[in-house]
Amino acid sequence: MSLEEQQPDDDPAELEAAVSRGDELAELLGDLVIGREEHMNAPGLVVRPDEVQEALFKLRDEAGFDHLSCLTAQEYEDRYESIYHLTSFDDRTDEVSVVVPTSKDNPVSQSAEPVYRTADWHEREAYDLVGIQYEGHPDLRRILLPETWQGHPLGLDYDQERPQIATLREHANPLEKDQRAEQGNTMYVNIGPHHPATHGVLHVETVVDGEQVVDLNPDIGYLHRCEEQMCQQGTYRHQIMPYPDRWDYISAGLLNEWAYARAAEDLADIDVPEYAQIIRTLGAELCRIASHMIALGTFALDVYGDFTAIFMYAMRDREIVQNILEDLTGQRMMFNYFRLGGVVWDLPEPREEFFEKIRDFLDGLPEALEEYHDMITSNEILQARTVGTGVLPPEVAKSYGATGPVARGSGIDYDLRRDDSYGYYDELDWDVVVEDGCDNFSRLLVRMREVEESAKIIQQCVDLLEDWPEDERNIQSNVPRTLKPDEDTEIYRAVEGAKGELGIYIRADGTDKPARFKIRSPCFSNLQTLPEMSEGEYIPDMIASLGSLDIVLGEVDR
Amino acid sequence: MSSEQKPFVTDDTQVQTETRDARMAGADDRFNSKLREAFGSSPFILTKFDKFMNWVRGSSMFMLQFGIACCSIEMMHTYAIKHDLDRFAAGVPRASPRQADVIIVPGTIVSKFAPRMKRVYDQMPEPKFVVGMGSCTISGGPFQEGYNVIKGAEEVIPVDIHIPGCPPRPEALIYGIAKLQERIANGESSPVTVKPYELEQFGDLERDEIVDKLAAQIDEDDLVMRYNWADSP
Repeated sequence: MSLEEQQPDDDPAELEAAVSRGDELAELLGDLVIGREEHMNAPGLVVRPDEVQEALFKLRDEAGFDHLSCLTAQEYEDRYESIYHLTSFDDRTDEVSVVVPTSKDNPVSQSAEPVYRTADWHEREAYDLVGIQYEGHPDLRRILLPETWQGHPLGLDYDQERPQIATLREHANPLEKDQRAEQGNTMYVNIGPHHPATHGVLHVETVVDGEQVVDLNPDIGYLHRCEEQMCQQGTYRHQIMPYPDRWDYISAGLLNEWAYARAAEDLADIDVPEYAQIIRTLGAELCRIASHMIALGTFALDVYGDFTAIFMYAMRDREIVQNILEDLTGQRMMFNYFRLGGVVWDLPEPREEFFEKIRDFLDGLPEALEEYHDMITSNEILQARTVGTGVLPPEVAKSYGATGPVARGSGIDYDLRRDDSYGYYDELDWDVVVEDGCDNFSRLLVRMREVEESAKIIQQCVDLLEDWPEDERNIQSNVPRTLKPDEDTEIYRAVEGAKGELGIYIRADGTDKPARFKIRSPCFSNLQTLPEMSEGEYIPDMIASLGSLDIVLGEVDR
Repeated sequence: MSSEQKPFVTDDTQVQTETRDARMAGADDRFNSKLREAFGSSPFILTKFDKFMNWVRGSSMFMLQFGIACCSIEMMHTYAIKHDLDRFAAGVPRASPRQADVIIVPGTIVSKFAPRMKRVYDQMPEPKFVVGMGSCTISGGPFQEGYNVIKGAEEVIPVDIHIPGCPPRPEALIYGIAKLQERIANGESSPVTVKPYELEQFGDLERDEIVDKLAAQIDEDDLVMRYNWADSP
């Protein structure tokens, strides 16, 4: 039995439902729809570039699509195209793609920023990498590449050999020019790109008035390593899978690999044996624990400011998880363990020893978490720093497309493992953790409680695997040596990564490589909420908020 | 190390104690170190000053707390418990480049970051050492073909030790650092390599198509880094 059968594109009844949903939405939009497309995950509605806002407003307010999950921009031989992947926080399986074609010689399209705040950065990225202009966008600058970059690298006629120039200039205070002396003195502070509290090479352009942040702008792109280009140059079967490990590199490797595996398996109609799904679930949850441990350790590091107990404790627990994962996959961090249609090899022998090792870890976990709660959550200093700071109301979080622990810390009950189930999650007994404090403390609590839930899942997977009949240990289904999905099939699929909704859009062109590979990174959207949480607050609270967002620059910049 | 030539040596026979005996005989492990042996009965050693300085330098390295990408996670593990780089006298990460001796470059360097990394490197006081961690700092690694990726750290700053791996295990990083300490203690300096990508003033660039195009955007005296991708390895 394949679990993928629950996907709408496989099941004829659901496919019909999707088509009729498309009709329903087309009727809602009326004349705004100038054409129809079928994507594998959702109906596609083609909209004129100067009527984007009207269409999106209608879909948001009247059809309940409150989540702009992703914006994919791409260039065809004859046109540019922006695809808005819409879905809803209440019903993740209800999806629609709004397709906006623009002409080659005048690639101007209306901005979606007034409808969904998250479109701000997504459209800047589309402009930067593909070259589509968005009319009415508040600040259409390059976002990932240096401002002085020439050309749009994911466009069709980009010449990678041409020289480029990057500058090292002082950044200007954006508030200074419209401030008179009597209004007080603002000071411009660069936080990063080399700074211990930015969790990597993030640059936060901050303007402070005394201790308070008056203007804040995260400047990203210091780790833009062309992940999308790399995936577009690789073949489906083997050459893409190593890259997901390096998007969210904090040991969330298997979660990321699953995002690619899920999209590609649905695209090429590949089944995954049940046994392999359980191994995947087991590995992915181990990765989630490792990832949350480092979020915990570095958050405490940001708030307390030293490499002492909590950081070391978190690293200790991570080492144990990494050892287990190394036994399973052969690597500590960059696993490359999933294959399309399954996993690369079975559990390590002797299996009893492997299970014993996991059980030992799980047995020790409650005590370890107790220790963390003693040291972190019940610590008065940490509470003073985190309770009520970095407040992110649920409506704002939704508008920015925040997902994962950030959304769940704001009381949004949204988890793809349950809402758009994949793998073996819907067969297991676990809960989605939601906290409604909306502050830094809630986000921390969500992560800590999610570790417990992950442990529950792992426990059940181990039990299942232990009793699995020896002759039914099928780790991979039959997959053709060369995968060539049909031309012009498009799919957008997401999984619940460690940081939130990690989505992949693939457009196949009939060759063995994707024509467009777009990564929807949860951190990219989550980081966008930082100004919302920090402006008007104290600068140390900004650092705490940044820590509680738990971003990974590899995934923000891709 | 020998004390024979020196005039003011305590007469050994006068200070024979039980502890001394135990120390020399190795009955008690605590005292049976190589250093003790070298000292012998005397509290003095003779060495060249620069040799001594090299030894000191290698034995007390302040690392720059510098995270770029995936490798920095393994770097954190190297600093933290279990691997504990501090055991090898190289475990104090400093947040400021002005206090650091060694910069570990842990990750992919891209066009926007290279000028900043060069600036951080320039801010470190001499003598300074560079450890390139991971494949990306050797050649660009898995991202070598990327339009935005610098093909190795050596394009921007000189590198003393390259540690291959994607990412290298903590043990590999420790080995690389031990090798660096060895080299420093032996007084070896890094080879000076020709770096294609330097920070220079925009006005000093040779004028060509792209410079003309950007002339309106960039001041003459702004610092820039020019990437000639076609010449990259």
